[in-house]
Amino acid sequence: MTAKGMPAPRIVSKSKGLPGSMLFHAVCLALGFLMVYPLLWLLASSMKNGSEIFTTALSLWPKTWAVFENYSSGWRGIGGVGFETFMLNSLIVSVVGTVLGVASSLMAAYAFTRIKFRLSGFWFACVMATLMIPGQVMVVPQYIIFRALGIINTLVSLAAPWMFGSAFFIFLIAQFFRGLPIELDEAAEMDGCGKISTLILIYLPLSAPAAATSCIFSFYWIWQDFFQPLIFINDPKKFTVPLALNLYTDPNSYSNYGGLFAMSVVSLLPVVLFFILFQKHLVEGIATTGLKG
Amino acid sequence: MKKSLRGYRNGLGYLMLAPWLAGFVLMYLLPMIASLFLSFTNFNMLSAPKFIGFDNYARMFGQDKSFWKALGVTFTYVFALVPARLAFALAVAMLLNSKRKGLALYRTFYYMPSILSGSIAVSIVWKQIFGSGGVLMTLLNQLGIHQKISMLGNPDTAVYSLALLGIWQFGSSMLIFLSAIKQIPASLHESAKIDGARAGSRFFKITLPMLTPTIFFNLILQIINAFRAFTESYVVTDGGPLDSTLFYVLYLYRRAFNYFDMGYSSAMAWVLVIIIALFTAVIFKTQNNWVYYESKGGIGHDS
Repeated sequence: MTAKGMPAPRIVSKSKGLPGSMLFHAVCLALGFLMVYPLLWLLASSMKNGSEIFTTALSLWPKTWAVFENYSSGWRGIGGVGFETFMLNSLIVSVVGTVLGVASSLMAAYAFTRIKFRLSGFWFACVMATLMIPGQVMVVPQYIIFRALGIINTLVSLAAPWMFGSAFFIFLIAQFFRGLPIELDEAAEMDGCGKISTLILIYLPLSAPAAATSCIFSFYWIWQDFFQPLIFINDPKKFTVPLALNLYTDPNSYSNYGGLFAMSVVSLLPVVLFFILFQKHLVEGIATTGLKG
Repeated sequence: MKKSLRGYRNGLGYLMLAPWLAGFVLMYLLPMIASLFLSFTNFNMLSAPKFIGFDNYARMFGQDKSFWKALGVTFTYVFALVPARLAFALAVAMLLNSKRKGLALYRTFYYMPSILSGSIAVSIVWKQIFGSGGVLMTLLNQLGIHQKISMLGNPDTAVYSLALLGIWQFGSSMLIFLSAIKQIPASLHESAKIDGARAGSRFFKITLPMLTPTIFFNLILQIINAFRAFTESYVVTDGGPLDSTLFYVLYLYRRAFNYFDMGYSSAMAWVLVIIIALFTAVIFKTQNNWVYYESKGGIGHDS
């Protein structure tokens, strides 16, 4: 390829000449177009007239615009439940799961990095082991346990798997804490701060970048989660957005493609908006943990 | 005095760890034990579980054709997806590792699809692009290539269209590679250049070996994730056509929640755990042959 390896700016390589540069940008742009094409296609289809979606599948520009029809009919919902209910359910689960989950992860990360307690190494190994266990192993017994607790068909059952913290966030925040100088603790101790007040007064404000990154990932994962809601929820009033969209795809209960695509766009809006606002955090989070986002 | 300090530390440590520990017991430990127990029973949720020994496992391996089908489909998917995604992510990371204008923009484009992973909206789009009368078929038609069935409608190609969905989401692996490439000391490349090494040989002799810890770690995580795939096959193809995209977890789900065969699906879940553990173990065993550690410690990130 023309783009070669390393940041060695003093040695100007031949490939950085004009033709090489043009080739580079041509390749990058072509790939970029392929990458965003499915999303542009979705956006265009959400504004096309129902019959046009399939007759002009390739075109990214609607011939007849049907923005209002599609979005208003999609928003009306399904089975007597409006789309705002699905959005609200998703929002509640995502926010509650994220806030509690990241708080739990922060506490655990602080314990692992700054408090020498018995078996801490063993428990950290357990944290990392949960990364390896497929969630599907737990889902049948979780379903049985949740049913026994009477929380099946409630939003609690959707937040529960997230709110105790998770390995990715503990690891991410612990990596961040390890980068902070240990002298912080010593200075705080000399000023008469206990461990808990050190966490709240010193680590909490400093950990803002890692906590923010965790919050964004957490929100994404809960917002888009499909497997757990599919199993734990069957009352349409408790449906989250992914479940509602799944119902929209069922030709027996819904045949409005315009509404389906319009609400698909709506479901991606918070995700894309967050992405644009917080891209820097996400990139750093992935780079520092080396774990998939 | 010293003893009480240690006691204080232990108490405080466990206090801080309490929420995670509670979750670990409630959401992992208990369900796993329950799942292991259920895997030796016949349980339909209506009557109490009946102990049947290894019957579920025997039935799975001995009689259940769908189980073997699902296993084959899932292996095909894992092998089609994971190496291609890693290779693609590495290639694009190399491409973007230069000093040019517009890199941030390209990075954004490439990374965006991967934050939508698991999103049902993306699966819906995939169904329309690769399905019959979809974008791909229309495009091929206009190019003069006429096809009778779409890529998703063809049992031979359907699973690869789902793998493409995963490859499309290569962005986060690309970012991991990009940051790992940036951490390779520039002096290595400079001295190799002085010795007259070309870009190609520098890639294979320096960059690639230095990246092997990152590749190793991501290989394991992605294999685990690929074995767990569900939404794609459920939404895009519903396992069809002719069970050609019957992912392991989709079949497990059907066993549990369509047939209420909870014991059997628990057994299936444990077989999946064992398969994943075997894969991880094998990759760990091979690491001495291909993973290069500059010094001990470090799994592709510095702390």
